Amino acid sequence: MEPLKYEGTPKTPHVHFDPRSGLLELKGRSIPENSIDFYKPLIDWIDKYGREPNSKTAVHVQLEYFNTSSSKCILDVFKRLEPIRSAGNEVTVLWHYEADDEDMLEAGEDYSGIINIPFKMIQIAEVEGE
Amino acid sequence: MSGMLDRVHDLYDELERNCVLLSFKGGLNPELISVILGLVERKLASMENDQRSRKRVFNVVVECLQNLYHHNRQKTSTDEPTDQVREPQGVVMIAHTATGYSVLTGNFMAGSDVEQLRSHLDRINGLTPDDLRDWYRAKLADGQYSSAGGGGLGMIDIARRSGGKLEYGFVPYDQDNAFFSLNVNVNT
Repeated sequence: MEPLKYEGTPKTPHVHFDPRSGLLELKGRSIPENSIDFYKPLIDWIDKYGREPNSKTAVHVQLEYFNTSSSKCILDVFKRLEPIRSAGNEVTVLWHYEADDEDMLEAGEDYSGIINIPFKMIQIAEVEGE
Repeated sequence: MSGMLDRVHDLYDELERNCVLLSFKGGLNPELISVILGLVERKLASMENDQRSRKRVFNVVVECLQNLYHHNRQKTSTDEPTDQVREPQGVVMIAHTATGYSVLTGNFMAGSDVEQLRSHLDRINGLTPDDLRDWYRAKLADGQYSSAGGGGLGMIDIARRSGGKLEYGFVPYDQDNAFFSLNVNVNT
């Protein structure tokens, strides 16, 4: 299975899903007008990955901004990971947020309250020159 | 001609007095939204030191512009060609205020949808921040998508980031349409 790689743009995140290491990264901004179009290939990829997943999957989410239409899609990404975990694999979401960004921390807590996957909240230093 | 020239000065003067960062009226498309967001971000970076406030204002602008883009009724006019798809029309203005920032938007919508939107906004305005968060979470979790893909989260998110009440109004336009105005104060 091939990795999924997208360069980040001002409206869409950097994506790097690597099936061999089980490392799934989503970084940057997610504010496209049509989030469903952007997330469809990501969700399809995870469905395929779920058939032969790594025994350990680590999902790194480090978003500076995301819009509400992305928020539903991000939830779908997490939901597709639940069956991988219930099949006996280790799945963790590492939710990165900038030190003073309480809103982003809360957003991670909102997902963590809905999704049956362990979340780790990781505080990072404020990114200069954003 | 001199009348027009005076209006340019009056316009500048009014924008200056109201501390307007940006104002735009016209058709919106994803490219233009990107340009507007880029401008807003640059202006905020130069005038707002608090990163959290910058992010909140930016988030509200993102949601408001996408509301304009997605929830937009085309004015039906018999003298316009109907086979041509027009861009969503709207007006947006972002101003610095005594208490923070004001994000104003306006767009046309179907008159038949006014009452539903009004009751949605009234419900939001009646909730505490904790209640808003609970409602947001419940709507996020329900797995339903709205026609614009947001699942009805947009206004709740805007209200959460504003920290104040949403100010809104509807002006009847013609028998089918109304003009919807929204003012979101983001307190910093």
